Amino acid sequence: MTDLASRLAALGPLAPRSNIDLARLGVVAALILLIVFGALRYDNFLSSYNALSFLRYNSMFALIALGMALVIMTGGIDLSVGGTAALASVVAALFSPYHWAAGLLGGLAAGLAVGVLNGAVITRLRIQPFIGTLAAMLAAYGTALLLAGNQSVSVSYDSGFTEIGQGDFLGFPVPAWIALAAYVAGWVALERHPVGRRVLAIGDGEVTAALMGLKVERTLMGVYAASGLLAGLAGVILASQFGAGQPTEGVGWELFAIASVVVGGTLLTGGVGSIGATLAGALLLAMVFNILNFENGLGWISLSAYWQSVIRGLFLLAVIILQAKIAESRPR
Amino acid sequence: MSTAETSTPAPRAPRLGSVRWISRYGTLVAFLALIAFNVFVTPNFLSWQTLSLNLTQVAAIVIVATGMTLVIATGGIDLSVGSLMAIAGALAPMIFLGSILPMPSPALGVALALVAPVVAAAALGWFNGMLITRYRIQPIVATLVLFIAGRGIAQVLTNGNLQVFRNEAFQFIALGRIFGIPTQVAIMALVVGLAAFVIRRTGLGRQIIAVGGNEQAARLAGIPSVRVKRLVYVISGALAGVAGLIVVARNSASDANLVGLGMELDAIAAVAVGGTLLTGGRANVLGTLLGALVIQLVRYTLLANGVPDAAALVVKAALIIAAVYIQQQAERA
Repeated sequence: MTDLASRLAALGPLAPRSNIDLARLGVVAALILLIVFGALRYDNFLSSYNALSFLRYNSMFALIALGMALVIMTGGIDLSVGGTAALASVVAALFSPYHWAAGLLGGLAAGLAVGVLNGAVITRLRIQPFIGTLAAMLAAYGTALLLAGNQSVSVSYDSGFTEIGQGDFLGFPVPAWIALAAYVAGWVALERHPVGRRVLAIGDGEVTAALMGLKVERTLMGVYAASGLLAGLAGVILASQFGAGQPTEGVGWELFAIASVVVGGTLLTGGVGSIGATLAGALLLAMVFNILNFENGLGWISLSAYWQSVIRGLFLLAVIILQAKIAESRPR
Repeated sequence: MSTAETSTPAPRAPRLGSVRWISRYGTLVAFLALIAFNVFVTPNFLSWQTLSLNLTQVAAIVIVATGMTLVIATGGIDLSVGSLMAIAGALAPMIFLGSILPMPSPALGVALALVAPVVAAAALGWFNGMLITRYRIQPIVATLVLFIAGRGIAQVLTNGNLQVFRNEAFQFIALGRIFGIPTQVAIMALVVGLAAFVIRRTGLGRQIIAVGGNEQAARLAGIPSVRVKRLVYVISGALAGVAGLIVVARNSASDANLVGLGMELDAIAAVAVGGTLLTGGRANVLGTLLGALVIQLVRYTLLANGVPDAAALVVKAALIIAAVYIQQQAERA
């Protein structure tokens, strides 16, 4: 393994690309600026209530964005995450009466199953990730609706299952701890473990990676399985937080996750990416929404909730144009 | 299906292998098999009502999917179509109900309501194309902007409210009939016919295919690839606008939260099942029509025989995978 790592380390294209690093710093800076702006402008912005409910609610989206980031770094895409989360929420709700762990494991297993299916369709049948995961999304929603009988499935309140989404640990919401753990694991895998080099090498060029003797299929399988597992985890949190498995929830989550990843400076062509910046991107898009709520509360402006998608879209637009400008100015 | 097949200069195989045969005629065979199955199994299948029900349900999808076929032929994708439908669907009633500016005559209002939303959607399509060509942003990301913001714009325009209306002149595009054919089906046929003609018989069609086949080579050969790309996104936007008008006219109501929701995926599915390669360089417009019809017919067959709609989703997923798999096997053969 060590000689593999050193072989990869010698590759030029994998060395840090300064302009993209700069763009990532920009995302973090924008996030900090937005927090400072909110703290100065609104009274209760930094209150523990706002901060904790922000973290509790957005952990799901952060988990999904993490899986999406890993997939996109290999040059792929996973459109099935919203459907997978919906399916996992239903399975978790159905298992929750037996034990809280049964609900958790059931949801994770459902997510993993969809992820493995995606990986198999993409590596074995060689179907483009876009189409393979699109089909998986339809199948996941269909299965969720069948299992749930076309309605939401309420979870058990006796088994402690709701603690996963609603509980606190050391003063912080449990979902936030889960997301933190997932991001730390993701960071270690990508930055401190050979598998990260493999992921980025595949994104840079699958054929080249295969010629170098990298296990392309196995890595891709692992990445889609991880994305499915994380979407399953998000589904478990969804069911636990809102007290019901929801077969129609999660529509459009995949595209918001993609937006978070893009805002985090990960190129959709693969080969480049950062776990930390993805988290910053996800938090940044969520923060826009949070700020908007506070601004409405001040009463100076009254923007309906519908403005949030317009503003998020404009935000994405600004980021991708900025990225394009950076890419243009990059010396080749 | 083979009639609309156009490809980058690919030598015709002297003899069709079995995989190739399935890929070329598979969708058609599936379509005929579904019809045969229904004739024997589903009661009252052979009736005008069934035909017109299925065709009207598929009309909007086919119109959007035709634009999507052209976009995909250039190697792109358009995720914004559903949101553009919502914008066009929100604008039209606002115009003829006079809530933007008072209309001097109802006829003018309807005329404007039929034209302005389509122009607006086409303009947003131009914006997509501009992002893709000017800033070299990947189509999936560039059109993601309007996917997210577009529905928001429609919701902000209507304040999220349902617009209910009765306007016979406007609703003629969905509920009316031309020589006994439902207007929306006639529009669908016109759009498909026109697109198939452009792809097969015109220089523009060849340019679209060439840009998707190998953009660099196309540019070196003097094809204005930037203009061609922008044009396909404008066409896709305009067709999404038309589909949005049809959907709200059919429902006698416009709900910005729902119009066109998930349409981008339905359209892509129709294109994929219809045998257009998603990597570009091909455009099979009649195949897309057939693909949409097969997906609709599968759903109808399952529903008519008591299978729940949710199961139809799973079948649709398997259908998409199978169609693309066969297509790719043929490509390698």
